[in-house]
Amino acid sequence: MAKSNDNDAMDLIQSLRSAYGSTPKNLKIIDLYMVFSVITALIQVIYMALVGSFPFNSFLSGVLSCVGTAVLAVCLRIQVNKENTEFKDLAPERAFADFILCNLVLHLVIMNFLG
Amino acid sequence: MAIPESPNPMKSSLRNASGGVLCYFILLLIGVLAFSIRIFSVIKYESVIHEFDPYFNYRVTQFLVKNGIYDFWNWFDDRTWYPLGRVIGGTVYPGLTLTAGSLWWFLNSLNIPLSVETVCVFTAPIFSANAAWATYLLTKEVKGTGAGLTAAVFLSMVPSYISRSVAGSYDNEAVAIFALIFTFYLYIKTLNTGSLFYATLNALSYFYMVCSWGGYTFIINLIPMHALLCIVTGRYSSRLYIAYAPLIVLGTLLAALVPVVGFNAMMTSEHFASFLVFIIIHVVAFVYYVKGMLSLRMFKVAVTVLVTIGMVVCVAAVAVLIAVVAASPTKGWSGRSLSLLDPTYASKYIPIIASVSEHQPPTWPSYFMDINVLAFLVPAGIVACFLPISDASSFAVLYIVTSVYFSGVMVRLMLVLAPAACILSGIALSECFDVLTRSIKFNLYNLFENPSPIVGDSSSDDSAVSEKVKYDRHSGSDTHEEVLKSRTSKKYKKKEKDVVEKIVRKPKNEKRLLVLPLEASIFTTVLIIILGSFYVIHCVWAAAEAYSAPSIVLTSHSHDGLHVFDDFREAYSWLSHNTEVNDKVASWWDYGYQTTAMANRTVIVDNNTWNNTHIATVGTAMSSPEKPAWEIFQSLDVKYVLVVFGGLVGYSSDDINKFLWMVRIGGGVFPHIKEPDYLRDGQYRIDSHATPTMLNSLMYKLSYYRFVETDGGKGFDKVRRTEIGKKNFKLTHFKEVFTTHHWMVRIYMLKPPKNRIRGKLKKSKFSLKKRSTSIKDSQISRPNPWH
Repeated sequence: MAKSNDNDAMDLIQSLRSAYGSTPKNLKIIDLYMVFSVITALIQVIYMALVGSFPFNSFLSGVLSCVGTAVLAVCLRIQVNKENTEFKDLAPERAFADFILCNLVLHLVIMNFLG
Repeated sequence: MAIPESPNPMKSSLRNASGGVLCYFILLLIGVLAFSIRIFSVIKYESVIHEFDPYFNYRVTQFLVKNGIYDFWNWFDDRTWYPLGRVIGGTVYPGLTLTAGSLWWFLNSLNIPLSVETVCVFTAPIFSANAAWATYLLTKEVKGTGAGLTAAVFLSMVPSYISRSVAGSYDNEAVAIFALIFTFYLYIKTLNTGSLFYATLNALSYFYMVCSWGGYTFIINLIPMHALLCIVTGRYSSRLYIAYAPLIVLGTLLAALVPVVGFNAMMTSEHFASFLVFIIIHVVAFVYYVKGMLSLRMFKVAVTVLVTIGMVVCVAAVAVLIAVVAASPTKGWSGRSLSLLDPTYASKYIPIIASVSEHQPPTWPSYFMDINVLAFLVPAGIVACFLPISDASSFAVLYIVTSVYFSGVMVRLMLVLAPAACILSGIALSECFDVLTRSIKFNLYNLFENPSPIVGDSSSDDSAVSEKVKYDRHSGSDTHEEVLKSRTSKKYKKKEKDVVEKIVRKPKNEKRLLVLPLEASIFTTVLIIILGSFYVIHCVWAAAEAYSAPSIVLTSHSHDGLHVFDDFREAYSWLSHNTEVNDKVASWWDYGYQTTAMANRTVIVDNNTWNNTHIATVGTAMSSPEKPAWEIFQSLDVKYVLVVFGGLVGYSSDDINKFLWMVRIGGGVFPHIKEPDYLRDGQYRIDSHATPTMLNSLMYKLSYYRFVETDGGKGFDKVRRTEIGKKNFKLTHFKEVFTTHHWMVRIYMLKPPKNRIRGKLKKSKFSLKKRSTSIKDSQISRPNPWH
C-alpha cells in the first residue's frame, strides 16, 4: 500500500513536471515573476516576525505590493494564455497594457501608504 | 428569395443609430427628472441646508474651501466636544466634502461665482442624476438596454432615495449611493468582459465609496459572497478571478489609505470575509489549473496529497484566527455592524445607537411608502433573473436578498434596498413589456399582412418566408412607433434584430416565441402604463409633501394662512451676535452640529456621539436638580444652556420628549440617575402626578420657566396635552437670556459663582466631605458657594 502510494507520488511529480515543461516560454517567465513576488512577501513576513511590526503601514504596503503584483501577474497570464478560449480575441499587447496600468495604480497607492 | 438583401443592413444600422440616439435622449431626460424632482424643498422653502448632519458637512466644506486640503487633512477641531476636541481629519469620511469642494473650485475657476452653500445644497440632486445613469449601466450589463432604461427611471424617482438626497440634504448618502451603484456596475462589467482595465476602475470606484460612507462594508462583504456563490454553483471562470482578486488587493490598500478607516481595513471582522474568499479563490484557481494539466488518475492522487497537507494548514490557521478574534469582546466587529447582525444588540448594550430614530426597524407601511410599486415587481424580477441565470443576474438576486434583510433591521438601510429594487423591477417590467409588445406586433402582422406560417415547414420555404417576415416587420414597426412607448420600441427593435438573426441562422429550430392574444396584450399594456403612472404620482407626492421638509424651518397651515417657524435660526443668530466667541454652549447632542455651524460657538457634545461618557455627563446634568447641574456645567466651563421646547406650539421633537434618553444614557454611566425615579406608572409625566425628581430636574425647569405667563396661568402643554405640574417657580442658578418667538428654543446663562462665601465655613467643609463620598467622580469637589 505504501509502495503504491510512493509510486503514485513519483508518478504525480513526473506528470506535473512533464505537463509544466510543455508550457510556452512567456508563460514560464510570468510564473517565475509570480514565484519571485510570493517569496519576497514571505521574506518580509519572516522579517516582521523577527523584528516586530512597527511601522505597520510600511509592513502592510510591502507585503501587499508583493501580493498585488503576484495577483496581477496571474491575471496577465490568464489573459495571454493561448489555451484560454475566453480571451482569444484579446490582443496580448492590450492585456499587457492593462497589466501596466493596474500596476501603476497599485504602486502609486503603495508609495502613498508606505509612509 | 426574390427580396433583395441590400437595403436591410443599411436599414438595420440606421435603426440601431436612431435607437442609440433615442436611448441617450431618454437618459438625458431621466437625469433632468432625477434632478428636478428633488428641488421641491428649494421651491417650497428655500435653498437651505437641512436637518443636523448636513450642517457638519457644510461647516467642514467651508473650512476646506477656505483653508485648502492640507489644513483640512490635519484639522483638529477645538470647537466641539469641549474640552476634548475632535480630530476631524481622522474621523470624517472625506468623500462628500472633497466632492463638493472640488465642484466649487472647478466652478469658481470657470468664473461662475456660486457660493459654497449653493454647491452643497445642489450636490445631492446632481449625484442622484449620476446614480440613475449608473443604474442604467448596471442593469444593461445584467439584462439589456430596455431593462436598463426602466431601472434608471425607477431609481430617479424612488422615494426612499429621494428622502436622503433631496436638495439641501447634504449628507454622505448623497454621493455614496452613486458610488455604490457605480462600483457594482464596474464589478459586473469586469465579470462579463474579463478586462483588467475595468478591474482597475472598479478598485478606484471602490476607493471613492470608502471615502464617502461607512456603508462600504456592504460592498466588501457582498462581492465576496457573490464570488463564493459563483464558485459553489460551479460557475468559476478566470473572469471571476480577474474581477475579484485585484479588487481585494487594491481595494484593501485604498481603503487603508482613508484615515477614518486606516488599519480597520485589515483588522476588523467586517473585512475578513473578503480575505477568506481571496484564499478560497486562489485555491480553486490552482485546482482548476492543475486539473487542466494532469490526467484524471494523477489528478486524484494530487487531490489526496493536497487535502492531507491542506487540512493541517487550514486547521492551524483557523485555530490562530479564532484565538485572535475571541480575544476581543465583540469578536472584532464594531458596534454598528454587530447591531445589524443582531438587531437586539444595540438596545441591550449601546443605548446611543438604539436612540437614533433612523436605527429602528421599519414598519410594513414604510416599505410601500418608500419603494411603492417596486415592492411587488421585485419578486417578478427575481424570477426573471433565473431565466436564464448568469453571473450578473445571480449578483442581482444576491444583492436584493441581502439588502432586504438589512433594510428589515434598520430603517436607514431602506436606502440600500432602493437601487436593488429598481434594478429587479426594471428587469421584470422590461421583460413584461417585451412579451406584450411582441404579442401585439405578431398579432398585428397576422392581421394586416397575408398570414404566412412563420414556423418552418421546410428549409427553402422558411428562408423565403423569413425574408418576407424580416421586411414586413421593418415596415410594421414604423407605424407602431408612435403608438407604443419609446423605450419599449427601442427594446423590441433590438429584439427584432435578434429574432431576425435567429431566423436567418437557424431555419429549422425556430423557437416558438410566447405570444398572447391581441386584446389581452393591448389591455395589459394600458394597465401597466397606468401602474407606472401611479408610481410617478406617488413619488412626486412623496417628494413634495413628505421628504422636502428642511426641519430647521417648520411650517403649518392654519385658517389664516401659512405660519413659518424659524425659531432655530433665530436662536442661533442670537447666540452668534450676543455672546463672546469663546463661550461654550451646552445642549443635547442633537443640536451640536447646527450650533457650531450656524451660531459658531463651542459646544460640549454633538451628533457625532463618539464619546458616550461625555454625553452621559450632559444627560446627567439635564436630569439633576439645579445645584448639581450647575456644578457639572461649571466644571465644563459652560456659559449658556440651550433647550428646545415645543409645548407652546405643539412641536413634538423637543427635549422633554427626548428626556427619557437623557436619563437612560446618563444612568448608564452614572448610577445615581435611576430611571424609576422619573417614572410614574411607567411613564414620563410632567403634570401634577409627576415624581418630585422629575419636577426638580433641570430639563423640566428650563423648559417650563415662566410658561404659565403664556396662557394666563394654566400652563397647558400642547405636546403632552396636560397642564404642567409645577407652575410658578424661580431659577436660582440660571438666568434666562433669550426665548425665541414661538418659545421653541430657550437659552439660559449660568449665574456666576458668588464672590463672597457667606459665613459658616466649617459647616460647608463638613457638608462638602459628606457630599464628596456620595457624589460621582465627575462632579467637582470645590467648596460650593451655593450652600
